[in-house]
Order: sequence, then C-alpha cells, then structure tokens
Amino acid sequence: MTTLDSRPDREDLEHVDNDQHPVGHGRMLRKEDPRFIRGMGNYVDDIQLKGMLHLAILRSPVAHANILSIDTSAAQAHPKVKAVVTGADLAEKGLAWMPTLSNDVQAVLATDRVRFQGQEVAFVVAEDRYSARDALELIDVEYDLLPPVIDVRTALAPDAPVIRTDLEGKQDNHCFDWETGDAAATDAVFAKADVVVSEDIVYPRVHPAPMETCGCVADYERVSGKLTLWTTSQAPHAHRTVYALVSGLPEHKIRVISPDIGGGFGNKVPIYPGYVCAIVASLVVGKPVKWVEDRTENLVSTGFARDYVMRGEIAATRDGKILAIRTNVIADHGAFNGTAAPLKYPAGFFGVFTGSYDLEAAYCKMTAVYTNKAPGGVAYACSFRITEAVYLVERIVDCLAYELEMDPVELRRRNLIRPEQFPYTTKTGWVYDSGEYERALDHALEIAGYDDLRREQEEKRSRGELMGIGVSFFTEAVGAGPRKDMDILGLGMADGSELRVHPTGKAVLRVSCMNQGQGHETTFAQIVAEELGIPPDDIQVVNGDTDQTPFGLGTYGSRSTPVSGAAAALVARKVRDKAQIIASGMLEVSVADLEWEKGSFRVKGDPGRSVTIQDIAMRAHGAGDLPEGVEGALEAQICYNPSNLTYPFGAYVCVVDVDPGTAQVKVRRFVAVDDCGTRINPMIIEGQVHGGLTDGVGMALMEMIAFDEEGNCIAGSLMDYLIPTALEVPHWETGHTVTPSPHHPIGAKGVGESATVGSPPAVVNAVVDALKPFGIRHADMPLTPSRVWDAMQGRPTPPI
Amino acid sequence: MQVPAPFESDRATSVEHAIGLLDRLGEEARLVAGGHSLLPMMKLRLANLEYLIDINDLHGELGYVRVGADEVRIGAMTRHRELLESPELAALFPIFADAEAVIADPVVRNRGTIGGSLCQADPSEDLSAVCTTLNATCVIRGAGGERTVTMEQFHRGPYETAVEHAEILTEIRIPVRPNGSSAYAKVERRAGDWAVTSAGAAVWMDGAVIADARVGLAAVGPNTTGIPAISEALRGQEPSEELYERAGGIAAEACSPTTDNRGSADYKRHLADELTRRTLRRSVERIRAGEAGDSATDRSR
Ligand SMILES: Cc1cc2nc3c(=O)[nH]c(=O)nc-3n(C[C@H](O)[C@H](O)[C@H](O)COP(=O)(O)OP(=O)(O)OC[C@H]3O[C@@H](n4cnc5c(N)ncnc54)[C@H](O)[C@@H]3O)c2cc1C
Repeated sequence: MTTLDSRPDREDLEHVDNDQHPVGHGRMLRKEDPRFIRGMGNYVDDIQLKGMLHLAILRSPVAHANILSIDTSAAQAHPKVKAVVTGADLAEKGLAWMPTLSNDVQAVLATDRVRFQGQEVAFVVAEDRYSARDALELIDVEYDLLPPVIDVRTALAPDAPVIRTDLEGKQDNHCFDWETGDAAATDAVFAKADVVVSEDIVYPRVHPAPMETCGCVADYERVSGKLTLWTTSQAPHAHRTVYALVSGLPEHKIRVISPDIGGGFGNKVPIYPGYVCAIVASLVVGKPVKWVEDRTENLVSTGFARDYVMRGEIAATRDGKILAIRTNVIADHGAFNGTAAPLKYPAGFFGVFTGSYDLEAAYCKMTAVYTNKAPGGVAYACSFRITEAVYLVERIVDCLAYELEMDPVELRRRNLIRPEQFPYTTKTGWVYDSGEYERALDHALEIAGYDDLRREQEEKRSRGELMGIGVSFFTEAVGAGPRKDMDILGLGMADGSELRVHPTGKAVLRVSCMNQGQGHETTFAQIVAEELGIPPDDIQVVNGDTDQTPFGLGTYGSRSTPVSGAAAALVARKVRDKAQIIASGMLEVSVADLEWEKGSFRVKGDPGRSVTIQDIAMRAHGAGDLPEGVEGALEAQICYNPSNLTYPFGAYVCVVDVDPGTAQVKVRRFVAVDDCGTRINPMIIEGQVHGGLTDGVGMALMEMIAFDEEGNCIAGSLMDYLIPTALEVPHWETGHTVTPSPHHPIGAKGVGESATVGSPPAVVNAVVDALKPFGIRHADMPLTPSRVWDAMQGRPTPPI
Repeated sequence: MQVPAPFESDRATSVEHAIGLLDRLGEEARLVAGGHSLLPMMKLRLANLEYLIDINDLHGELGYVRVGADEVRIGAMTRHRELLESPELAALFPIFADAEAVIADPVVRNRGTIGGSLCQADPSEDLSAVCTTLNATCVIRGAGGERTVTMEQFHRGPYETAVEHAEILTEIRIPVRPNGSSAYAKVERRAGDWAVTSAGAAVWMDGAVIADARVGLAAVGPNTTGIPAISEALRGQEPSEELYERAGGIAAEACSPTTDNRGSADYKRHLADELTRRTLRRSVERIRAGEAGDSATDRSR
C-alpha cells in the first residue's frame, strides 16, 4: 500500500504547483474537473427526454447454437412492453446485419445462430428499465447446442466446427493472414547468428472495463425526419457516417452527440448492435429510446483487447548485438472481426514489434481466426496493437539477456537506435520521427537508482528473498494517420478544427476529437492560448456533437494531440495571420513591420505601439475599416492531414517483491520516464501516465477475460474480472525528456497510451527477474499468486 | 445498471416480528441484513424472491459485542466495521481485526453483518473460518424458542446452514480461555477480492507449552471442525518451526480445494499449509508479546 511514508522523497515531484495559470502551455488544473467533482457531469444515462422508453437486450446464454425458435408472446403481453423485436423482424427490414469497422459483418440480432455467449438475440422496449428487463425473462428461446471453438490454436483444425456459416462458401474459421518484413532476409540472419532464443508468449484477452458502460438514447423525430443519437462514442463523426450508410437515413438528418464519457479506452470506438437496436426501436415506436448496458453486458459482449498467441524469436551475436526478430502470431478475433484498425492494417500497427532497436532484419507472420467469443479487438489503450508488439519485443529481449547472462539494461543500451539515425526506417517500414533513447533510459535508471537496486537484490537473494527489477523501453507509433495510407471504412484519418474569436477576444474552438477524460477541454484551450495569447479560461472547447464540430475521426490510438492538436495549433496560426493583417491596418504599418509578442502585435523597433489580440478581435467585428480585401470576423477553419505518425517513447523501471511463501507480487516501485515531445500540460500528461501505469499493473498481475471449455465467459463481473485499486499500485515516480516531433506543428506526440503500452513488460520482466533463482525465463500474464506459484514450482503455464 | 425482479419489502421491528413475517410469508420471503450478499444475487437474478424482510432496524437489539466472564457474545446484526473497530475484540481475539481488515472494502464493511456472513455460508467467506477457529456457537431463534449449535452443526455446506425457514440467527458466542491469542491471514488476488485461501489460528499456552490450538480455513472446501488433528498434534508441545510445519502439513491434507479462477487446487493446498504456519506463529508471538488479552476476567479488573 502506498502511504505518505513510503513516498520517495523527490523535491521536484512533491512540490510542483499544478495551478500556474499559464497563457499557453504549462501546468493548470483541468477546466472540466469542477463539473465532474461536483457530480454535474452529463453522461448518456443522464439524458432524460419526454416520453422516453427503455430498451433491454436478450443475450445468448451459450457460445454456439442454432436457434430453433423464439417465442415472444408472453413478453409482448407484459403490460408495460411497447415492442419486442427479434433477428427475424430485423431481417425483414434488411437490418439484421451491420458492417464492422474491419469490413466484416456482425449480426445486430442473431437470426438463425448464436456465435458467442452474450450475443444479442432479441430486444424489448418498455416504459421503464425494470419492466424491459423483466420482460426479457418472458422470452422463450429454444437453442440446439453446437460444439464451440474456444481454443485459438485448434480453430483451424480440419474438424473444427465452422463458425461463420453466414459467409458465402466459408469452410473454415480463418479470418485473415498478414505478414510484414522480409522473411528470406530474416531467415538468413537467423541462420548465421551465434544465439537464437525463442519463447511462446501469450497476451491474454483483456477488457477496457470503462467505469461508464456503453449506451445511447435514440430520438427519431418523425416530422423533421431527424435522428438524434446521444451515445457513448469516441468517434461521433465516423459513427454518423456508418449509421447513414446502414440505415439509409440522409447524413445531414443524423446528429450524433457524445456527451461526457466515463472512460473509453477503445471500448467506445466500435458500433455495437445495441446502438442500432435503439435506433430501430425509435424509428418503429416513434419515441425516444434509451439503452444502457449493464456491467455484465459490457464485460461479456463489447470490444475486448489483445488475445494474441505469439511465438517470439530473436537472433543475436554472443556479445549482445541483436540482429533480427521473427514472430508468428495467432490472433483471436472472436466471432466477428470487429477490430477497428486502418484498413491497410488488419493487425493494427503490430509492425512496430522491432521495438526501439537497430536491427538487420525482421519478419512477422500472423494468422487471425474466428472463435466463439465476443468480437472486438481494437480496444484498451493499445495504440492499434502496439501494446502487443511492445510486450513481445520487450519480453523476448529479456529472454535473450537471460540466455546471454547479460544485464537487460546493458543489452538494450547496446542496441537502441542512436539519435543520429533519426528519422529511422525500421525493417518493417515504419519511419520513427525522432528519438534520444539513451537519454531517457539513463534518466529512468538514475531516478530508480538502478545500480543500488541490483546490489540490494543480490543481498536479498542471498537471504532467500525474491526481489525483481524489470526494465522496458518502448517506442509507440501514434496519431493515425496520413490519409494516403490510413482510413477506417474508407474515411481518411485527417481531422478538422474551427476557431472563432468573439468580438471581446474570447474564443470557441471546435474539434473533431472526443474527450473521454483525457483533459481535452484544457489541453486544446492551452494549445490555442499558446498561439494567440488568449488565456485558456477564455477559450471554450466544443467536441462531441456532429452538428457543431468539423468532420474528423475521433479519439483513440493516442491520436488527439498528434492530429486534432496539430489542427488546433494550425487553425490558431491561421487566425493569427489574419489578425496580423488587421493589426497592420490599426497601427498603419505594413504587415512585415509587425512582430508577434504572445497576445499582441507590436511595431518592430517601436514596442510602445501595439495592439492586443482582443483589440484586434473587436476591430474585426467593429464598424471601422479593415485593410483592403479582408473580410470581417476573426475565425478560421482547417483540416489537418498528418504527414507521418508521431513516435513517443519511454524507459520504465519496475521493482517488485515476491512473497516466497505465498507467491504474491507486490509492486514496490515504478519509475516511468516518458518522452512525448513538447509537453502541453505536464500535469495532465502525468495523469495520463498514472492511469496507464495502473492499467499495466492490472494486465500484468490480474486481468483476464477467461472462458471455460463450453465458451462461457467467466469474467462477467468486476468481482471476476479484476481491475487494480490504489492498494495494488505504488507511488508512481515519473520523469521526462523532451524530443520534439519534427513534423508536428508544436512538436508534440501522443501520450495517452504510452504507459499502458510500456508498463506490462516492465512488470512482467520484474516478476520473472524475481523468479530467476527458480530458473524461470518466462511466465505469462496475468501473474496471479497461483500462476506465480506454478512458475516457482518450475512449471509456468500459459493462461490459455 | 443491474435491476432485480419485482419484490415487496417490509421492515421488521423486533426479532419476533421478523420471525412472524417469515412464518406468514413462507418460502418466498427472505431476511435482508447488510444486503451485500443478497442484493447482488437478486440484481444478477440468481435469487428471485417475492418478499424481503429488512432487519436493519434490529441493529439496536442485535448489534453488540458483550464481554462476559467466560464468553464474548456478538449480536448477529453487528456490522463488519464494528467488529473491525471493537477494542474488546482487539484485546481478546485479534483474529477479528486481522480478518476484517481484509474482508471486502469499507463500503461493504459499513453495512455487512456477521449474521449475514455466517448465514450466507459462502465457501470463501472469512468469518465462518474465524468463528470455527474460536470454537464459536450460534444462537438460532424461532417461534418455538432458541437453540444453540456449534459451527460444525451450523454450517451444513456451501450456502446452507442450520437456520430453518422461519428462524433467525441472533447471536454468536465465543468462549474466552486464559493465555490465548489468535491471528488470521488471507491471500487474495486483489484488495477487496474473496480469499484464494485464508487461515485462522488460535493458540492457548500453558507456560512454555501449547495448551490447545485450533485452525480454521476458508475457500478450501468445507471444514468447520477446527481440524482436530492439528489440535492433537500441538497440545502439550513447545512452539517451534517444526511444529508449525507439521500443523501446516495437516492443514494441507485436511482441506479439499478445487481449481477455479482464483487459483489451482495445488496452490490452495500449499496456502493452507503456509498460512496455517504463519497464523500459528503469529498467535504465539502475540501471546509472548503480551499483546492479546488473557481472559475476559483479567480485562475486567
Ligand atoms: C464486493 C464484495 C466483496 C466481499 N468480499 C468478502 C470477503 O472478502 N470476505 C467475506 O467474508 N465476505 C465478503 N463479502 C460479503 C460480505 O461480507 C457480506 O456483507 C456478507 O457476506 C453478508 O452479510 P450481509 O449482512 O450483507 O447479509 P445479507 O446479504 O443481507 O444476507 C445474506 C444472507 O443471509 C441471510 N441472513 C442475514 N442475516 C440473517 C440472520 N440474522 N439470520 C438468518 N439469516 C440471515 C439473508 O437472508 C441472506 O440469505 C463481500 C461482499 C461484497 C459485495
């Protein structure tokens, strides 16, 4: 447990002032927090509309079965029920299936067959939530059980039951194949290497488990023909377009509003059948309809994450020069391929599995399969599968260190990409924009006191105590992405931004990304403040309403600051350019004679003559003359298409103690040094890092969406699916270096997922290091006491 | 939001009133104390009841820790938090505070009761192990009067107890014996989780040797006997690491864990051993440190 006493004494962290009222970048308290702290947030479930009805979904109790019959008559007869709808009813309207974000299809309601436990089978619309739920009990479904496909390793066996019988001619459970890198070159390097290490590494299925579950209120207004959907969406614009394509409603008559969101982590990127059901219900019943899933529904049916069974192989010289990495992955995509990933990247950005190292060759082959489990796959702060990639490389590098009997820090140091090699093109084709890796590594080691820790470990080992030190070094690829090669369902991944400065110099910024707790209302105001010198409190940030914001693809994969943030900076500069022309008229000098001093233009060489941005705003809206050709008002709009992703990185050190008697792991210390380029609000960055580190400890030590042999999900509550509490995490020790991104307008990189990506390998490396006396080189997550004990008995077992 | 099926509820104003209501409403009625076991089951629709009889107003009548000359009486409505913070229990039976500190979380502990815990009879429930360790007896009242049963008689199996339909558990009685102390240890995957395995131990010393000792385990199959083989092995012996090891070995053999989400059967068996040793060791240390109360009479002086 973290107590005040256990906090390390670090002046710079303990005494920072988080409320420095910056006009621009710097520490400031979050503008959105007062409403959350006072319980005045406005979430989907807070929406109350006149005459609103409630929808509840009947879900399959089994993983794989044919539906023989559905009898809804008793439910229809419930006095408070307004409608009961089955897959057959939807099929009549052509709405039984919908596209997924990966160009697969997914059943909105099952018609003839259920393919995972928790799949949507029917829905009820009733006057209140209780009655809707009660009526579900009155629906009688007859199932004819089919053998389920649960083990991903045997999903492609010739005798495996075929899951996707809905797909024309489908004879197996194959979802897709994907490869990257150069197989022949990699094989050649492996053949000549002194040392080759291979390890089977599983990244189990986990769940984002946001505090707020998914839901929506659909309100179809018959007279205007307009559909308004309040929904838990991380990508309101993308959702609107998909609804237009699915339902045939014209896009301008669909308004998607994401109000406050209680955490997303990727869970709220996909379109779930429940949303479509609510829309259909509102169309049919002509009343607003609310659907909010309960905790079990969220855990068993919505977008999971990971579920990669990987074999990692690494080739190196005896003295620790890493030459190549090769990997073979079986990816479990569940019953429908619901992964959200840019279309050209079916495995997300897993291609960065070469990590932060300078290699001669790399190759990955992946096979994705269907199983009788919930669909999804994007989710949980993974930066499009970078979590899996970083875990693989950071684990396999530690395995190599084990075999070479080399310190894992030293091994990494010898192989890190050097500063002068940037921009660095990896062997799988990614162009890392900037990095000074060794500086970040050194900083983390210094905070941690690495050498002292190793000495302490040695002493403890001699006394039979189990202390472990784990290091990870990660590079992420975030900010999807350049339109030329990244799109979701054909929608390019650029983002719009509109800025309007009011006559009195206050401003409103409209962005296409979607805040879910990241602090956008503050960070984005600060970005504009830095460019225009308007205090952040004077800038309102609007997001989450397709009628009020420019088009863009939303917030996930740490893309907000890299893409929308760039758009915000550039739109502010565009406004400033116009302000300069107006200022030149006001000061009666040429534009070239003006210089910008944050918040005002002044005459070069005559600083007494200046006008503030507020003066200029009033002039822009006033009655006086404006310079030739200048329109009134002070506003601008742009769409930003990133030229590359940004590549944040970091060095993490984790210290654990393992109880030799009970095998319980205690994370004693965790040092995280992050480099996300320019730091806009360091307090918010630290908050993002703290959250991500906590996530990482959860995945490493306790989280797993597990199934039994029948395909029952045995993680359907938060007493079964464990997420960490304050008692499981130490006082986080954070540090940073700053290596700006060369192509981002303010040099910023994404940071929302860095810690979630970087921390699991650090924790696992630490636990495995603690178990070294038992001859253990690898043990899979989640490292629960029981699984750690198994490893201590010399039989570490995979979790699936 | 998970919502239960429709039900009616009433508040009992006395133990007799509660018994009367149970009797009148029949099998579809159930008592609700803290509600932290029953309400989640109703919300998940694992329990569908027509009537709830709320006995929280009986906290005045049934919420107490009373120290007598040779026993401590705990009212069934005593809340986890009251057990955790009771100075009487801390002095006499430190095992309570050890266990309560790791039962659920403060929100649950503010409402959940010892009576509800024992009556729920969840196989991983901690207070049954505590009561077993301390050789407690349970007082059950019905229309026909009161009876007292041992823990072994009380606990009939998972989710099953000796409390019949129109009956109510009113009190738990714990004998106080001189020169004793106790301890509890639990392994959980995360704070607030149910036990992977827990063990409680109580030791009474006579000079340098152990006069008596008992061990109670949770989450490793039914055992409400206090594991007599351990008591036999320890009686008359001087405490030593070898002795704890022997006791641990007996505990591991005496239990019958199963493999589940929380851990493998082998691991749980190992924990039964490890935690038995730890709690015995700690109990003896406490006696030696004079930390624990000797007997109720000593305290009352
Ligand atoms: C998140 C969470 C974590 C938990 N973790 C733990 C843990 O780690 N260890 C642990 O031991 N417990 C744990 N619990 C259970 C907790 O201790 C409950 O409070 C306890 O099991 C039940 O007590 P209650 O008063 O809430 O009973 P209720 O839920 O009100 O009742 C439970 C049952 O007992 C019956 N009942 C209640 N009182 C009486 C009585 N006087 N006479 C006859 N029948 C009665 C009821 O009819 C019902 O059937 C946890 C609970 C939660 C919600």
